Amino acid sequence: MAQTSLQKRHSDLAQSNKQLELLSNGIFANGELPTFKEKISETNQFPLKAKKLEILQINVGYMCNQVCEHCHVDAGPDRKEIMTKKTMQECIEVIKNTGAHTLDLTGGAPEMNPNFRWFVEEASKAGIKDFIVRSNLTIIRANKKYYDLPDFFKKHNVHVISSMPHWTRGKTDKQRGDGVFDKSIKALQELNERGYGMPGSDLRLDLVYNPSGAFLPGDQAAMEKDFKKGLMEDFNIQFHNLFAITNLPIARFLDYLIASENYDDYMYALVDAYNPSAVENVMCTNTLSISWDGYLFDCDFNQMLELPVNSKAKHISEYNEELLEGRNITISQHCYGCTAGAGSSCQGTVA
Amino acid sequence: MSNYYDDKDLRKFGKITEWSEELGNKFFDYYSEVFKEGALSAREKSLIALAVAHTEQCPYCIDAYTKDGLQKAITKEEMMEAIHVGAAIKSGATLVHGVQMMNKVNKLDL
Repeated sequence: MAQTSLQKRHSDLAQSNKQLELLSNGIFANGELPTFKEKISETNQFPLKAKKLEILQINVGYMCNQVCEHCHVDAGPDRKEIMTKKTMQECIEVIKNTGAHTLDLTGGAPEMNPNFRWFVEEASKAGIKDFIVRSNLTIIRANKKYYDLPDFFKKHNVHVISSMPHWTRGKTDKQRGDGVFDKSIKALQELNERGYGMPGSDLRLDLVYNPSGAFLPGDQAAMEKDFKKGLMEDFNIQFHNLFAITNLPIARFLDYLIASENYDDYMYALVDAYNPSAVENVMCTNTLSISWDGYLFDCDFNQMLELPVNSKAKHISEYNEELLEGRNITISQHCYGCTAGAGSSCQGTVA
Repeated sequence: MSNYYDDKDLRKFGKITEWSEELGNKFFDYYSEVFKEGALSAREKSLIALAVAHTEQCPYCIDAYTKDGLQKAITKEEMMEAIHVGAAIKSGATLVHGVQMMNKVNKLDL
């Protein structure tokens, strides 16, 4: 189990250009597999273009209380990149005027940003239809100062989306660290107690499933049924929807794929499962990702690979939704992760 | 042939249609129909396939249905139990023939 981020370990793969190099060499350079650009060109879907903005995703920092094996952010307690209040203020101005129906706060553990609560309070005043916080659950039990988070979320009608790799302890702790399962169960029970995830409740609680290894997620609906049965039978826990998300071959997951000699097979699996109809609705076409320092990206993955938006507006200070609409999406081979099978996005399958 | 089994050959499975398109397509249509959710869940079918993969000792099938099990969030304990079911039937099938041996001995022996 990783204890520190790639950055802290001074790993080559902490550098985004090294990751991009790797994703362009080998099986993609020698013609064994088509590049993503070649693949989407086959169905005349190149260049991918941004449609009307629907989801504004803000990454408020890479600091996290966990060091998950598969983390595409390379987040962890040793990451110091945290959004400042000044940048948050700029984001609030954008949130007030955006045409997006969904605001999605992510991290790291977004709750670890010292201005997280202020930001949520201010952002919730904008009246965006769906206000999501991606909470890793264990943060709620990590320290006394976070114990009231379920009440805080409820007060601001926040939609909680939480990671949960399995309904059993073994598989969960293997991916996310020892003790994560028990803390997550406790946190879910507390959210249920406040009405989160209960049938018919407006307090939305969804779970995210990421495969715990070098394989693709199974059918989202079937998996949701299994999760619901497992969590209900053993822990009396309820939730609304399960989002099955494919692990993208970047950052720590890429490091794992290479170290475990699964990289080639995994890329083959992604390319074999390529689904042109998933390309139609891939999330970068309706999402904009804002980094902790205010830069704009097509998605959280491009943010981590430091692939900026292809637009004159590159920073929150230059934000202009009209200018950003219709931009060409920046792609590389990691994009196969969002177009495999039923597709994958922060909101689950797309096809 | 330097190797009878190469894991990369599994990726080429679909190519069997190239030399007999009609039969190959019929097989794959049937195959995908069998594994759909029905009276049995796709999860249960995957575990049956894993057990049979072992009794058939087919390395391609073991590779494919171990991965399929992981994709369906099947635990390693469930997978191992399924293999024991296969092993129990396989060994039972061997041992039940012991009755034939006993019958023969009883017939021939004084």
